[in-house]
Amino acid sequence: MSVIALAGNQNSGKTTLYNKLTGSNQHVGNFPGVTIEKKEGQLKKHKDISIVDLPGIYSLSPYTMEEVVTRDFLLKKKPDLILNIVDATNIERNLYLTLQLMELSIPMVIALNMMDEVTASGNSIDVKKLSSHLGIPVVPISASKDEGIPELIDIVIRSIKENSSPKKHDFCFGEVHKAIHSISHLIADQAENAGYPPRFAATKLVEGDEPTFKSLEITENQKHIIEHVVKDMEEALETDREAALADMRYCYIEKICSESVVKKQETKEQQRSEKFDKILTHKYFGIPIFLGIMFFVFWMTFSVIGAPLQEFLEVVITAFTETISNALIRIGVSDWVYSLVINGIFVGVGSVLSFLPIIVVLFLFLSLLEDSGYMARVAFLMDKLLRKIGLSGRSFVPMLIGFGCSVPAIMATRTLASERDRKMTIVLTPFMSCSAKLPIYGMITVAFFPDNAALVMIGLYATGIVVAVLSGLLLKNTIFKGEPVPFVMELPAYRIPSRKSVLIHMWGKAKDFIQKAFTIIFLASIVIWFLQGFNWSFDMVEDSSKSMLAYIGSMVSPIFKPLGFNDWRASTALITGLTAKEAVVSTLSVLTGAVTDVQLSEVLFKIFTPLSAFAFLVFVLLYMPCVAAFAATKRELGSLRYAVLTALYQTVTAYAAGTLVYQIGSLFSGG
Amino acid sequence: MTLDNIKPGQSGVISSIGGQGLLRRRLLDMGLTPNTCVKVRKVAPMGDPIELSLRSYVLTIRKDEAAKIELKEVFDV
Repeated sequence: MSVIALAGNQNSGKTTLYNKLTGSNQHVGNFPGVTIEKKEGQLKKHKDISIVDLPGIYSLSPYTMEEVVTRDFLLKKKPDLILNIVDATNIERNLYLTLQLMELSIPMVIALNMMDEVTASGNSIDVKKLSSHLGIPVVPISASKDEGIPELIDIVIRSIKENSSPKKHDFCFGEVHKAIHSISHLIADQAENAGYPPRFAATKLVEGDEPTFKSLEITENQKHIIEHVVKDMEEALETDREAALADMRYCYIEKICSESVVKKQETKEQQRSEKFDKILTHKYFGIPIFLGIMFFVFWMTFSVIGAPLQEFLEVVITAFTETISNALIRIGVSDWVYSLVINGIFVGVGSVLSFLPIIVVLFLFLSLLEDSGYMARVAFLMDKLLRKIGLSGRSFVPMLIGFGCSVPAIMATRTLASERDRKMTIVLTPFMSCSAKLPIYGMITVAFFPDNAALVMIGLYATGIVVAVLSGLLLKNTIFKGEPVPFVMELPAYRIPSRKSVLIHMWGKAKDFIQKAFTIIFLASIVIWFLQGFNWSFDMVEDSSKSMLAYIGSMVSPIFKPLGFNDWRASTALITGLTAKEAVVSTLSVLTGAVTDVQLSEVLFKIFTPLSAFAFLVFVLLYMPCVAAFAATKRELGSLRYAVLTALYQTVTAYAAGTLVYQIGSLFSGG
Repeated sequence: MTLDNIKPGQSGVISSIGGQGLLRRRLLDMGLTPNTCVKVRKVAPMGDPIELSLRSYVLTIRKDEAAKIELKEVFDV
């Protein structure tokens, strides 16, 4: 089995090429220990060759997770070949990574992507010259138009068989050259023992790369010599080590390009992008256009397409449930088995599964926005706003989706490059009031605030945002202290998204969600069903007020005294709300035995005062999200412990906010 | 003169990159090296970040970061 590592810059068409090479035969996992996505698939028609899609990176520096993960993979797993995809329209910056990859002494092939765009605008690249300069095969392709792929596969297979590493290492001259060479002699043996290519190790030591110092077990004495060599170099060049190496690489690239690249003008796509940006990131129109686009996406997702599909799926699920129910009755299973299957599993999993259409539709739009290049512009537009709470513009979209549903919002944080931003966004997103909470707001406002319904609703949404901002400030200065990842982001040229990429992305998210529905939610449904349907002697109960859940509810109930309500029905509803927020409404109806809305309102007046009802709403708004969102949190944070801590943080915040509302409110209303 | 001080539409030639650690390394990796010509294309609607064009691609950085990039020449192209 041979392994190809696919490496390249972000926005270089890596995913499109990967999809072309593997077809739909791929699976997504995480690198061990981190939540950075790792895709693996088999090369089409070559079952003995697998391709690993590495994260899109610009360099092999030791600073970002993605770069470290890529480096570790290449150094430790030693793939048989690196397939380096290079964006031909932006060749200088793309070759910067290429030069670093070449130092790894692994056989390499360059796929020069988007060559069609280069030639269409009258520019040209002399591929032969480029290839002889670099000493590795270069294949011109257009991944999106399917051009040059068979040739690329041929050369890749041939190169794996020949197994010859890049011969050329000397991109350096003068002082940098001297430094790298003297250090590479000094540490050659240690590099070999650590499994590092000597040239790569020497370059990294000159750069001052900490992980390399550690892996090679550089002694104090050697360190002293290295620092001395570097200091000489720095003094001679009048610059520091990192700048010297970056400069050296770019100078070499400029030299190669001056001999092999003819550029008369910007490509048509680049010119077109500039025109689009004149409108889409316009000083005055940019933000309104963005809000318009998001409104359209929400409207399409939650009402035009998503809602009918959701209703349809609900009908299907109900029909399926009925069929099973009839079948169970026919074979005459015992009461508890029937109840477990129908009331537990089918109702629980079914209610969550009915979110599937919304998730699929939302991700259809999101991948269109992402693949077209617009998402990067959103980050550009919104960065200043989010920066104040220690995040970057990239976090805006997941948070906005949070108003629809936390589950896809948390899943959407995958697009964030920085782990820190990602974790913080995952913690804050559930404070954006999701649409499943609307029925609860509706029920309470109808009963208590019929004249100020809109005001209460707006107040709740605003409270969510304010709490998120305050939390952001708090987290920024405590847990997520430290250096935020700088906002240095490429704005790629606008491109028409490839249908295949969008579909694969959508299917991936759907699969994720379905998997979750049948694992964690399946279990949670059984647990809740058990607690709700049985008493402590494990006998089934008719009246759920005698169940274990009701007992737990009444145990928990006094905790909510500071929030102004102390009723087992309210606390039980909050517990069942963990399965899905809508369950708060259904539980309150069931436990109070109210049939009509009027009856329900009457009972609610016995449980709450208007003030405590509002405190209840604030608590509902902020406390831990439903199991589906919790499962997404766990998956994206990559740890159950952190997911539990997150839920705890949200619940404590909710409790504090609810208490504050009730206590301060009481001062004014005199209790 | 630093990069945050020039107006949209103006270009400059980089003389040095200040700052340290991850940020500085990232700027260098993205091709903001000495003697590179950079054009400021736009300022975001809320006044930050800014949009640059260099080495045939478009990059956005914050003004704080741009302030660390020293220019030796500035011209209106």
